[in-house]
Amino acid sequence: MQRVATIAVLVDNEAGVLARVIGLFSGRGYNIDSLTVAPVDESGKLSRITVVTSGTDMVIEQIKAQLDRLVPVHKVSDLTLEGPHVTRELALIKVIGRGENRVEALRLADAFRARVVDATTESFVFEMTGNAEKIDAFCALMKPLGLTEVCRTGAVAMARGTRHMSA
Amino acid sequence: MSATHHEASTQPDLRPGAEIVLRALKDQGVEVIFGYPGGAVLPIYDALYQQNAIRHILVRHEQAAVHAAEGYARSTGKVGVVLVTSGPGATNAVTGLVDALMDSIPIVCLTGQVPTHLIGNDAFQEADTTGITRPATKHNYLVKRSEDLARVIHEAFYVARSGRPGPVLIDLPKDILIKPAPYMEPPPPEVPHRSYRPQIVPDREQIRRAVQLLKAARRPIVYSGGGVINSGPQASELLTEFVRLTGFPCTNTLMGLGAFPASDPQFLGMLGMHGTYEANMAMWQCDVMFNIGARFDDRVTGRLDAFSPHSRKIHADIDPSSINKNVKVDVPIVGDAKHVLAAMIEAWREDPTPPQKEALVSWWRQIDEWRSIRCLAYRQEGPIIKPQHAVKRLFEITRETGRDVIISTEVGQHQMWAAQYFGFEKPNRWLTSGGLGTMGYGLPAAMGAQIAHPHALCIDVAGEASILMNIQEMSTLAQYRLPVKVFILNNEYMGMVRQWQELLHGGRYSESYSAALPDFVKLAESFHAKGLRARTVDQLDDVIREMIAHDGPVIADICVAKEENCFPMIPSGAAHNEMILGPDQEKNAAAVTDEGKVLV
Ligand SMILES: Cc1ncc(C[n+]2csc(CCOP(=O)(O)OP(=O)(O)O)c2C)c(N)n1
Ligand SMILES: [Mg+2]
Repeated sequence: MQRVATIAVLVDNEAGVLARVIGLFSGRGYNIDSLTVAPVDESGKLSRITVVTSGTDMVIEQIKAQLDRLVPVHKVSDLTLEGPHVTRELALIKVIGRGENRVEALRLADAFRARVVDATTESFVFEMTGNAEKIDAFCALMKPLGLTEVCRTGAVAMARGTRHMSA
Repeated sequence: MSATHHEASTQPDLRPGAEIVLRALKDQGVEVIFGYPGGAVLPIYDALYQQNAIRHILVRHEQAAVHAAEGYARSTGKVGVVLVTSGPGATNAVTGLVDALMDSIPIVCLTGQVPTHLIGNDAFQEADTTGITRPATKHNYLVKRSEDLARVIHEAFYVARSGRPGPVLIDLPKDILIKPAPYMEPPPPEVPHRSYRPQIVPDREQIRRAVQLLKAARRPIVYSGGGVINSGPQASELLTEFVRLTGFPCTNTLMGLGAFPASDPQFLGMLGMHGTYEANMAMWQCDVMFNIGARFDDRVTGRLDAFSPHSRKIHADIDPSSINKNVKVDVPIVGDAKHVLAAMIEAWREDPTPPQKEALVSWWRQIDEWRSIRCLAYRQEGPIIKPQHAVKRLFEITRETGRDVIISTEVGQHQMWAAQYFGFEKPNRWLTSGGLGTMGYGLPAAMGAQIAHPHALCIDVAGEASILMNIQEMSTLAQYRLPVKVFILNNEYMGMVRQWQELLHGGRYSESYSAALPDFVKLAESFHAKGLRARTVDQLDDVIREMIAHDGPVIADICVAKEENCFPMIPSGAAHNEMILGPDQEKNAAAVTDEGKVLV
């Protein structure tokens, strides 16, 4: 029984902490579907990592336990298991084309609420936030219309409602 | 610049980094460090020279420094401390660090580093030590400001000894060791660490469930590991009390030997690949298993899908990531072994349910039947010394002396024979490389133990191949007059390798013969030690006695049967009930599958 898990990890914002987390995943053969990290408090002392991974329940429990025992890790939260949560990802998508394709790309972007952040007479850069599926779907539609470059942040996620994570 | 420098260092509360390092070590209760100097750590060596609180033991190779610190730590329960230089000093220490990581031994390793402004420049003797050792340590630090030194060192000791113990490395750029900074006392123990706070006290409800299961058990077994040793001698006492209270059989892992007295009738011996028939059969047939401080290692479980198929499992461990890692358990308990055992004893007494007395009687009858096979029996016939007999006599003769005996081992058949034929009554007397299986561990480990226990009889049970991997430490023994005994079971083979080649590779002994061996007697003498040799069984006891009686380091070269195999054995990829008991059954091992062959 494989499942996907979105795990949030609150860590000390110190040198090497990301290497520790990534080394843990590669050293033990766990999957990383995506991983994001940035400081999250005013003083810049804490960072939050969001990692999307997949595995059996037993493996995902292992991943959480292994993360939790890293010294600079404050909290580990399995958002997928713990209840409803929102996931968002930011993508920049470059589409190059002229004529009919260009019009169609713009029309679809509008429907997907993608913003135009750069335009020339033969190109657009769209900015889009959403969950991974929405971005996948948009990219698939852009493909025949001149999709040339995609850059994605990977997921960030947070529990819905009053449940929250703090050090 | 030099003027302000001078001014700063004469202020009473500012001290050069190197002095801060030593003061922090002293405040952490460190009495001895094992090390080897070099350019990057010269400031620390200079500070060492000018003080008397901390003793430095100069090893002959940095790997040995770490193993010596492991031996010191394992035999005392204290944190072992290592000091090595940058670059090759640090990389030489890596094997020791991984060894300590695998066996959960508390170590603090200080490594020199090039000055901060040269880091990343491929400077002379620069290595990315924190990068290299990140997966080799429990945690590591690169200190970039002298002001952080004291805090980091105090934290490193806390991390090394708390929770599941392990090695912690601190990389120290040379400029940080010179620049003065204020010292900081260790934080009071009641101040919690900001993020690393392992659970020590177990959950009451889980303890209650565990006791319930055990009370209802008809074929129970207690399986204990190195965690009980790490928890301190009190945990071993509590384990013994619990096992006697319940009347259950008890088996130990390789790392757990000594936690339960070997002479106790409830002891089934070691379990696992070279464990006893009774221990492995009882693991296979039990209906409730209580694992305390062991980690279901593959040497213990054999083929996972056939591991103890009929049992409900309770697993107590201080490291939550050890629970449900290889084997799915029914009752997980997170906590320190001594707290878990104290809680189990209390809950057992409070629970009104009577245990399954009659079922236990027939369970013991079954166990006695397995025991009657006498899986460790061997025949000492003729003049050639059987390795098993050598260990058995070593055990018996050292016991007669009444001295405190600490045994270390190298890795191979001799290690397994030592585990099988040497009986340990108390914890902290058995030092062996279990997880990593590091040849070259035993001599430095015995050395570290001897430093901590000057009056104990410290013996490295060695193989002739392994001993050559850290033989240079004979020189350290001589320098510090450490009376360590090296007891070589010399079969002129990398015996364990040869055994696997016999079993799995058609007897093609590829590169496993110990050719061109030194004359170990002369080798001992050249290192200012005593050299002894036993060629035949009638010489064995005399050599052992002479070895023990000599007040100084000894190498005893015991020439043993060359092609003896280590039994019983669970071949790789087999289950507990598929043990090979002895040479007569060995041919069945032709049935080892390719799946089994890929396993180590
Ligand atoms: C550093 C290292 N290299 C290789 C091995 C693989 N290995 C395991 S046992 C062994 C042979 C050991 O021979 P010896 O010390 O003579 O012990 P014996 O098995 O003969 O008792 C080898 C090479 C190891 N465990 N450690
Ligand atoms: Mg040998």
